Formats: sequence, structure tokens, C-alpha cells
Amino acid sequence: MNRHAFVSVVPDKCVGCRVCEYVCSMEKSKVFNPTRSRIRVTRIYPHTNAALTCRLCEDPPCVVACPRKALKQSEENGVILVNDDLCNGCGWCIEACDFGSICLDPEKKVVRMCDLCAAREAGPACVEWCSEEALELTSKDVLSQKARIEAIQKLVKAEEAGKSG
Amino acid sequence: MHTYTGKILHVDLSTGRSRTDTFDEEFAKAYIGGTGFGIKTLIDNQKPGVDAFDPENPLIYVVGAVTGTMIPAAGSKFGVFAKSPASNLLGEAYSTGRWGAELRMAGYDIVVIKGKAPHPVYLWIDDESVQLMDAKHLWGKSTWETEEMIRNELGDQLIRVSAIGPGGENLVKVACLLNDHFRAAGRTGLGAVAGSKNLKAVAVRGTHDVSVAEPAKLLELCKDLYERCKGPATTKYRTLGTPANILTLNAQGALPTRNYQSATFEGAEKVSGEYLNEHFVTKIQGCTACPCRCEHIAEVSEGPFKGAIARVEYEPTMAFGPYCGVDDLAAVIKAIEYCNLYGIDAIGTGIIVGFGMECYEKGLITKGDTGGLELKFGNGQAMVEMVKKIALREDIGDVLAEGVKGASEKIGNGSQHFAMQIKGVEMTGYEVRGLKTCALGYAVSRRGADHQRHGSYTWDQTGKVDRYKVDSGRGKLVMGDEDNYCIFDSMILCKFTRTIWKGYDEIAKVYSLVTGIPMTGAELEKTGERISNLARLYNVREGLTRNGDSLPPRVLKDPIPSGTSKGSFVSEQELNTLLDGYYDARGWTREGVPKKAKIEELGLSAYAQIGARG
Repeated sequence: MNRHAFVSVVPDKCVGCRVCEYVCSMEKSKVFNPTRSRIRVTRIYPHTNAALTCRLCEDPPCVVACPRKALKQSEENGVILVNDDLCNGCGWCIEACDFGSICLDPEKKVVRMCDLCAAREAGPACVEWCSEEALELTSKDVLSQKARIEAIQKLVKAEEAGKSG
Repeated sequence: MHTYTGKILHVDLSTGRSRTDTFDEEFAKAYIGGTGFGIKTLIDNQKPGVDAFDPENPLIYVVGAVTGTMIPAAGSKFGVFAKSPASNLLGEAYSTGRWGAELRMAGYDIVVIKGKAPHPVYLWIDDESVQLMDAKHLWGKSTWETEEMIRNELGDQLIRVSAIGPGGENLVKVACLLNDHFRAAGRTGLGAVAGSKNLKAVAVRGTHDVSVAEPAKLLELCKDLYERCKGPATTKYRTLGTPANILTLNAQGALPTRNYQSATFEGAEKVSGEYLNEHFVTKIQGCTACPCRCEHIAEVSEGPFKGAIARVEYEPTMAFGPYCGVDDLAAVIKAIEYCNLYGIDAIGTGIIVGFGMECYEKGLITKGDTGGLELKFGNGQAMVEMVKKIALREDIGDVLAEGVKGASEKIGNGSQHFAMQIKGVEMTGYEVRGLKTCALGYAVSRRGADHQRHGSYTWDQTGKVDRYKVDSGRGKLVMGDEDNYCIFDSMILCKFTRTIWKGYDEIAKVYSLVTGIPMTGAELEKTGERISNLARLYNVREGLTRNGDSLPPRVLKDPIPSGTSKGSFVSEQELNTLLDGYYDARGWTREGVPKKAKIEELGLSAYAQIGARG
């Protein structure tokens, strides 16, 4: 499961422009409406910005929370699948999600979350449109690799600075 | 008709009643949105000749044609209109951030607020639900506190708030409306109009869809527009930001310094965009649906102004930097922060403080008037304190709160000579004595001294014309710029993206893809002219004559003393040449009144009685 890809944000790069929300709602609903977006941007004033969407948790709390067994996680790619016939929009999953990444479809009254734009050949629209390259389709495995590389680079730098100093 | 909601919300603060009106496709096509809607709604809803603070003066919010879509940098623009207390003519200001999209998603394109509430209120638009909420506990609060308190008491962090601060409550002539912490509908004193109505804020939350006529085609075009936005056309805004202008204008001898006593500033390096970005900018963030993101947030980390935070642009940096002779960016940032919190326009306020400094140095006002402040050019601390005094109307701040025109009339003793204003509205950051096409743009600007109604400095700065000379042909250039900007302000497109667009044809194409209403580039150009003329008819109706299309006495009499543009000024004769050329190009009389033929050509016959006979 560690290798499943999901959309991750680099908060330092995120400028809070909400283009991801606009393209997501357009991709999924053919209208502009951030309320329908499955990725949501939060700005904490004055200047903290980050987009959050489904992180494809292992043992997802949303699936556990659903009293009607309407949610299950895809074994193939880890996304959460919604059975529209079972979901009654009660919102337990919305509360259970630590990242606020589940939204309620305003018309169908069922929950929706990121499906990685499964029907889209080019992959997630938000990643493609992010002008800041703040969004990436990555996996926990790759993120941890990056973290290790960065940590080692910092160590080496500090050591070199120590030597030359 | 897509994107447009077709709805106008009318709110009467005196009775507490509201009603919804509609408009049709014909109205939409003729006036587009933004400034077109704003001017049209104002001329139709305001009784001729009423005072700006009369309850009958409507405060009007409008969104642009493409607000709520992902057209780059245009996602959340909106405009505010009313009769201006500064000019007693057209009051017009724009803002962005996130408020505009929220209004459209709530289901309205235009909000008309009339009357006066018996006690402080705020308007709360929650999709279809419209309520007046008690704001007694918010009166006296800063704009930031107001925004936070409203969100908290209504329990929704996505509510957008356009609020006044103490400046608007105190009817300061440069009071503004602030939204999303850092964005202001800044110019022409519209915050004071809200204050006169006991209206503290307009809070909005919208959840409705914004549909477009041709989603697939629009997305395809957007892809291209977004790429252009990442290219050289917007590099300045994405990197140094508009403060890059400080060194550019200083080198051209066109940087207003010490209340227009000089056109170059010896401390320019220390208030430059370069210095700002290296020492103070902590984050660059964006408005809704913007691939350019230009919002440079600057913070002061040490010294007497430690903790100050503001969004910094060229204009306020000019106004509190060179204009006040201050070369300390920390003081500049603090002054802008105060302007935001107290809800007063950072451009106008800086110009007023600069005027106060010249008065002080000339002995027209004293330490007794300033509450002990040594209000000399270069004194950053005194400048910062004076900003607060203007907003709170303390000491001489009470006089300065009337704007440089009102203040100079009270102070007298020749101070009118250096009151840098046009039509009662303070000058902005271009030294027009050495930018003479731009000087014409300023003289005829419908909202008083302003660069944003025409942008005609480009002709001068790029050497396409001789910037030190005048000729009657400049009128046509300014007219073209104004009509073009009318379209930008109607769609409402961000002017920082102005050079990514391939002319009227491409904007017309976007308009049609978004709204589904057929539009050609030629029709759009004509619409720009229609809006310019309607604005003129409004101003003529409210008393504007040729005399009002003027320049400050200092611009007409005192040559620039040093620098690249040394010796340059705009003589009365030159101004007349410029005005005649402009009026002729416009099809107006030499008194600046639209002629019948022009009025009819533009489909404005309903306003023919305001125009000239014959």
C-alpha cells in the first residue's frame, strides 16, 4: 500500500490561489464551484496556505466510520470508493477525516473524495494546473525517500561548513 | 446567459428591507459587468445632486463578467461605486482577493445599498438569505478584527468580509473598504460612504455553481492564458512586484518625492523593490484563480516597528517612502499596516501626510497642531503616528482627514498651491510634469487623480511619444487607453495581466465562451467607449465642467527642480492643447460635454438631456 500514489502539497510552495479547486470542480462537475472541489485550499491569515486532499490512508478512518459500509478502499490504487446507493450523506466520514478531505455533493447528497482523476489519462487535473508546482502525485514511499535525501544533504552541508569554518 | 446570475440585490438600511431585481442579456451585453454595471447602476439609482453622505447615495457592489471563473487573475475581482465624498463625482474602487467570487456564488452580480441604519449594522448575505446584523460591538474595531469576529460569530471560516475601520466610521475622505486582510477597494473614499450609512461590513458566503457556456473550449484557452501568465509579460509582478517601479521611475526623474518638490529621491535604493524583497518579504501569495500571484507580504522583524505586517505595492511604498522623504521601509510597512487596520487608503493617506509635512516645514502648521509630532519630511515615526491621527481625527489629523483639497482650504496661506489632488482625489505615483500623455490621463480621469483609468504613462515611458512635449494627438491615445481599461474593469481582468491579452478580439472570445453571449472585438471596443461616455455623463450631471479637468497648481507652475526631467512642467497652454485634443477625439464639446450625436451613436439616448444640445 505504501506505494499508492496520492496528491500531496508542499505548503511552502502553495500560494493559496485555489486554481486546484476550480479545475477539480470543472473536471468533476463541469462548473466552477470550490464547494464541490475534492481538493480544498486553506489560508490561515496572514500567509499560511495549503491545499489538502485525500491522502489514501492505510486503514482509512472514513471507511471505519461509515455506519452503512458505503465506503471501501480500492485494492488496486488505494482510493476510497463510494457506493452511492448505501451512502446517505450522514457525514461521519467527513468528521473522521483528519484532513478535511471529504466533501458532500450538494445535489446527490452523497460524499465525494479525490479519485486521482481516474478517468483522466493525464492524471490529476489539479497537479497539472498548479502553476507553483506545489502539488505532486507521489507516494509515502517516495516522500520518505525525499525526506532522507534532504536530511543527509543538510548533514553533509553542516559538516562541510564545520570543516571550512 | 451563463456565469451572470442576472440578479440585483437591493437593500434599504433605513427600513431593513431587501428585494431582488433582475437584468437581462441586453443589459449584460451593453455594460458587461464591473465598471459598466457600477456606473450604470449609480446613474440610474442616485438622485441627481445628492450629497455623498446623503442616505440616498447608494453604495454599490458589482462583480465582473468573468468573476467566479478561472480566467487568470480575474477569479475574484469586484468593484464598489457611489458618489465620492472626496470629489462629489464618480466614486469607484476595485478590490480582489476572495470576496468577489463569493458574491457571485451567493447569487448576485450587483448589490445596491441605500438608506442609513439607525445603529451600526453589517449586511450578511448567505446565499439567498439576506440579513442585517447588529454591529454595535464591531464599531471602532479594526478591519482585521471585524473580519475575524464576523467569521467567528457566524461560525464559518469561509465567509468573506468587506469592512470599514475607524477611518470609515469617522468619515475620513480617504476611507476604504478592506477585504481578505490585505485587499482594499481603496480610492475615492467609499469607506466613508459606508460609515455614513452605519454600515460596518458586508459579509458574504456563496455556495452556488458558476456555469460557463463552453467549458471545454474555455479550459483549452485558459491553458494557453495560464502559460502566458507564467511568461515574461508578468515577470515583474511575480518577482520584485510593483515596487520594482521605485528605481525605474527614479531613474526617469518621475518619482514623486517630498510632496512633488522633487522627482528623484536620494534614498530610493533603501525603499526599492530589490531592498524590500531582500529584507522584508516573507511570502508571496495569490488571489483566487491567479497563476501570477503578486501579493508580496512584508514583515518587520526588528526595531521600533517590529511585528508590522502589510501587503506592499509600489503606490503605498511611494506614498510613505519618497513622497514623505522616508527611506526606512520598516516605517513604510508600519504606515501601510495602520492604513489597513484603520481602513484608510494607503495611497491617499501618504499623499496627505506628505502635504502635512510641507505645511509643517513652511510653518503653516505647528507642533501645537500635530500633537507634538515633528512632522518633517523623513521622520518615519511622525509619519506613522500621523496616519493614526488622520483615521481617528485627532489634532491636525481632523483637518487632514478632509483630504488635501479640504485641508488646504482650511489651512490656506498658499497651501492650495501644493495640494496635490485632482477633483479632490489625491495624486498617485507618477510625476506627470515629465510624463505629459499621462498628465492628460490624470486631468480627465473620471475618478480624479489616477493612473489606473488609462495607464497612459506607457506611451511616455517607452518613448513612443516625446514625454516632455504635448500635441493634440495625445487625446486620441488617452481615449483609447481609457476605453480599453473600461473593458478590463468591466470583465474585470487584472491589469497586471494586460500584456498577455491579444487585444479586444481575444477578450471578446473569452466573454462569449464564458457567458454564451455573442461578442466581437469591435463591439467590445464600442462598449468601452459607451462606458467612458456614461461615466462622463454622470460626472457632468453631478456638476463637472472643463475646469475640473485640471492639474494641481504645482504641476502647472513649478518646473521639476532636478534629475532627468529637470525643468519640465505642464503649462496652462499645454493643458489646454491636451484637453482640446481629447474632447475633440471623444466627440465632446470643448467644455467636455458629450454631444448628442455621440450619445445616440453609443445607445445612451436615455441620458441625452445631460449632454450638449446639437
